[in-house]
Formats: sequence, structure tokens, C-alpha cells
Amino acid sequence: MTEPLLSVRDLRVSYQVGRNFVHAVDGASFDVPRGSITGLVGESGCGKTTVARALTRVIAENATISGGQIMFDGKDLAKIPEKEMNALRWRDIAFVPQSAMNSLDPVYTVEYQLGEVLRRRGGMNRKQARARSEELFEMVGIDRGRLADYPHQFSGGMRQRVAIALALALDPKLIIADEPVTALDVIVQRQILDQLKELQTRLGISVILVTHDISVVAYICDRTVVMYAGKVAESGTMHQTLTAPSHPYSMGLRNAFPDLQGAASGVLTPIEGAPPNLANPPAGCRFKPRCPFALDICGSEPPVIDVAPGHPVLCHRAKESASLRIEAAKTETWMAPA
Amino acid sequence: MTTPTNTVTTKKPDVLVSVNDAKLHYAVGGAFAAMRGKSTVVKAVDGVSFDIRRGESVGLLGESGCGKTSMGRLLLKLEDITGGSIHFGGEELSKIRRKELKSFRSKAQLIFQNPFDAINPRFSIRQTLAEPLENAGIPKAEREDRIIKSLELVKLPEPAQFLDRYPHQLSGGQLQRVVMARALILQPEFVVADEPVSMLDVSVRAGVLNVFRDVRDRLGLTAIYISHDLALVRYVCERTIVMYLGRIMEDGPTEDIVHEPLHPYTKALVAAVPVPNPDQSHDPLPIGRGAPDPRNPPSGCVFRDRCPAAHARCAAEVPQPRPVGSRLVACHLF
Repeated sequence: MTEPLLSVRDLRVSYQVGRNFVHAVDGASFDVPRGSITGLVGESGCGKTTVARALTRVIAENATISGGQIMFDGKDLAKIPEKEMNALRWRDIAFVPQSAMNSLDPVYTVEYQLGEVLRRRGGMNRKQARARSEELFEMVGIDRGRLADYPHQFSGGMRQRVAIALALALDPKLIIADEPVTALDVIVQRQILDQLKELQTRLGISVILVTHDISVVAYICDRTVVMYAGKVAESGTMHQTLTAPSHPYSMGLRNAFPDLQGAASGVLTPIEGAPPNLANPPAGCRFKPRCPFALDICGSEPPVIDVAPGHPVLCHRAKESASLRIEAAKTETWMAPA
Repeated sequence: MTTPTNTVTTKKPDVLVSVNDAKLHYAVGGAFAAMRGKSTVVKAVDGVSFDIRRGESVGLLGESGCGKTSMGRLLLKLEDITGGSIHFGGEELSKIRRKELKSFRSKAQLIFQNPFDAINPRFSIRQTLAEPLENAGIPKAEREDRIIKSLELVKLPEPAQFLDRYPHQLSGGQLQRVVMARALILQPEFVVADEPVSMLDVSVRAGVLNVFRDVRDRLGLTAIYISHDLALVRYVCERTIVMYLGRIMEDGPTEDIVHEPLHPYTKALVAAVPVPNPDQSHDPLPIGRGAPDPRNPPSGCVFRDRCPAAHARCAAEVPQPRPVGSRLVACHLF
């Protein structure tokens, strides 16, 4: 196997809130292979967006990368000087935010904004920038005549296409897309995902797709990283994590998801409780308070166990995952854990 | 009680809500546009008819801008109808006078989309739930008891401990249950739930949906569930109405719609829903690119500019809903 494009090891990011530190990401490790789409999945507050932002080092003012490594193409992004990091942004790593409106300036035309990136960062002249802009619009399926339009003249889905065009401007190796389709209607969502997949395959780039929706992961991703309360609960190929979820949290998530193609009588089973407050996380396994399989041992820090090659799971009972999965499929299992 | 003007549908005793050619048009563009003769009318709801039987749960499904929320607001008389009529329990909504409005409001309630916006952050949970009781003139002595009962109904464990808390001290799932409790505290017959779980995380969403189903069955509620997500609608509603640009495209049993959508728009909608199963195969979407523009809908069938099956007749003539088996479908193909 070739070396992964991105290898994150024990990444820690904390936010200072008053005199306290909130460890939003507390030891996350995962790989992003070349030419793949990796889904970074979890609920709000699990740290997925913080991880995504930390990879480009565009994080909030009160946040710091307090530990760990982000190996990208032989460089540790957590350590390189800001100047070097800045040179990597757009050129090597590009970001697509959740709401495209956030990446577009409402008072400039889209062509101006694309041109700015192409000229300033890509060193192109006006003519080259114009040609590249047209090419980019073609790639994402927008009529080139609309280059002269302002962001508000585009629909939500079109704007997201513009944001993708902007991210692709300088042929990056990695695109990080933070919930790129969450605000969109299902039909547009599907069209954008198809476009993203097609471009990813054609250009041979890697994509990290941050999402809360495992259906989106099932549709488009090759690999999955499941996060819970600032830690990676499990990671592996999309098939491993969705057909054989091995962390109780992933098992629970699967039960809570409505499946349009599933049986009509299927009952959705919630995971009782709510994710912990990261300013004051529970000792040991962070899923323990909601986990139907918790034992006394879960009060201590869980180990990372490989349940299959390339499928690490952060759970004391990971070795029993096959039998836990059978239990987890039953609704009674999740009724108010003691 | 006023006499209904349209008695054709309201005669049926089991029909609670009867919508007849309802229209809700907004003028957009403002005064300047009007001066330049450029003001436009957005037809958020444009000639919609359906009946809801007592105890029925109906999903209003569609993309943003399809008019589903406007339709929900019309049903609750939160908007004044532009044309057509809506009867609730035989009474025409537009004829309800101010004095009688209170009584209507206690019978028909809205469950809001975003629990964080729906509740006054300065009100404790007790105050939040006492307000509708106060408005309805329930004596003080009874209120506490009804508040506790309504919180028990939505399965908030140990309700007494929540009474003096404030919204920010509750999780999203707990807060959405409070929103539900508030809508139910006056024992309405009819509720309109507008995307009640779209703001919640997946792991807690299922709990709120289960409470919704349970409460509805226990109280025999008639419910409208507004959503863009067919998988969620399927979970709570036996019947689904699919809307597109202010009109009904298809109306029928949810399972039939999921397994064999008939209208070309419903076909695309069903095909677009991602499923959490990695082995599911996906066909290309049977729909053209582009987004619906409510200000400038196509002539004839509003879906024709994205429809793969559009033909000449679709531009010339608005398709009327026609019965096809158990369903109504508004398409010239049928």
C-alpha cells in the first residue's frame, strides 16, 4: 500500500473559554489515502469541524493545536511555519465551507473572486485566469456566461458548485468539504455529490467530507472516520464501518437512521442521553454514560483495538464487537441504560 | 358557528380539515418595483385541494420553496388565504372572527422547527408551559398539574426537575419535547409539525419522532408533518402529499409513493434520498438540472422544465390531479 496522503496522529485541539480549556479534539488519529473520499462523521460538538479546520490551521482565535502530528506529503502541518502553511492553502489543500455564502464575498462578482485566487495565489495573468475560470465553471457544470454574476444571483446549489470550483482552482491534492450539502434539498444534494465524486475520480484528488449523515457516507465515501466527543470512535473502509460497525456508538447511530429502502415496520431507536460536555468529560470512555454495553472497566481510558486490518476501534469491548452488534440491533438494548 | 359555504366535502363526518383550491400569493419586490411596474407575485400555494380525515397523519413533502410551510400556516390561519377555502371541523377559517380565534387556536397547534427559536430564553420551562394555559383561562390551581402531565406525555423523565430550568440548560432533544408539550397542553385535535427534528442530532432525533408517533396515537390526533425528508415522513405518516412550486404533484399512501412513485417529480425525489446502506445501487437522477424559481414558474405544468417526460401538452395545460389507483397524480402522463 502506498503511503497515505494525510496521516493524522494524536491530534489535540483545545479552545480557551474564560480560564478553562475545552479539549474539542482529544487525540484523533486517522489516515486519508490518496485518491479517496473519507467521511468524517459525527454529531454536533463531536469535534469533526474542528479537526477539518485544524488540518488547514484556520482555527478560531481562542483555539490552539496543542499536540499531535498532521503529516501531509512529508510535512508536519502542525509544526511548519505559518508562511509555509499559507503557501499550501488553496494550492495543496482547499476548503469548501458548509454555507457557500461564507466563502463568497457578496459585493464582488464570482469571476473577480475566482480571478483573485488564480492571480494572487496561482500567479496567473488576467487572460490565463479568465480561461481557467471558464474551465472551472465547465467542470462544475455552470454556464460560463454566469461568471459575471454576483453570489446572490445563484441558487443554493449553484453557489455550492461555485464554492467547489473555487476550491479546485489551483488543482489541490486534498479538498476538505465541511457539510457541503447539508443545507441543500435532496435532489440538489444528490447532484452536488455526484459532481464531487466525478471530479474526485477524474482529477485523482482526495476529499475529506465532514458530515453528520451516514447516508451521505454510504453514497459517496470510500472510508469513514467516526468521531464522538472529541475522539475517533472507529475508522475503516466505508463498508467495514457501516456493515460491521464495531463501536457501540456507531452501532447505535445505524439504528437511529431511517432507511427509505428498509422495512416499513422498522422502528428507529434513539441513543438515550446526549453527548458529554467537553469542558468536563466523563472519565474513561466518553460514550460510557449512553452505552448499553458499559462495564466497570469502561471507567478507565479505552484502548484502540484493531478489529480487522485497518479498522481500529476505541473500545474496551471491541473484541466482542460481533456479538455486541447482534445485541445492538435489538431495540430493547437501547432502552434507558442503567 | 358559521355555515360553511362549501358543503361538498365538509359533509363527510370523518373529515376534520378540508382544503379547497387554496391559494396564498405574496407580492414581492416592494414599492420601487411597483412604481416601475416590476412587482411580481409569488404563488406560494396555488390551487391546492385535499381533505384530512380525523386521526389521519399526512406528510407534506417537498423541497424548499414548494409551499409546504405556507400551506401549513394557512391550515392554522397564521396567514390570510388569498383564494379558495379551508374548513376546519366544518367551519370556514376565513370566517372565524377575532373573538372565536382563541378557541380555534386551542384546537389547532403548531410544533415549531427550531426549538431554540420557538421558546423564549428568559422563560423557565414552567413559565413556557403556563402561558398557553393562562391565555386559555385555565385556573391557576390546575396549571401545575397540567404542566407536569404534558411533560410526562412527551416522556421527559422526572418532569418536576425541569420546571425551574431555562431553555439553555436543556439539550436540543429535551427542548423539542418541551415545544411539543406546549403545543399539546391545551389538548388540540389537530397539530401541524414543521420539520420538528431537522435541528436535532441523529441519535436524539429518533427519540423525538417516537414520542410524536406515540402521543399522536394515544390522543388520536390529526396531524400534518411538514418535511423535505421522505424517510422521516414515511416513519410518521401513512399518507403523503408531494408539493412542487405551490401545487400538489401526487397524493397517496406513503408506502405506495415510496415503492412506486408515479409523478416524474416524485420519482426523482425518491431516487435522490440517500440510504444508509452501502450496498444500495443508485440510478442516475431522472431530473434536469436547475432549481425551481417561484417568481417565474413555467406555464402549464410547473415541473415541466425539469421533467424528463415533458411534452407539448405540458406547456399548454395545467395538469389537474387525477385518481390513479389509490392516489391522485397531477401529470399529463396519467
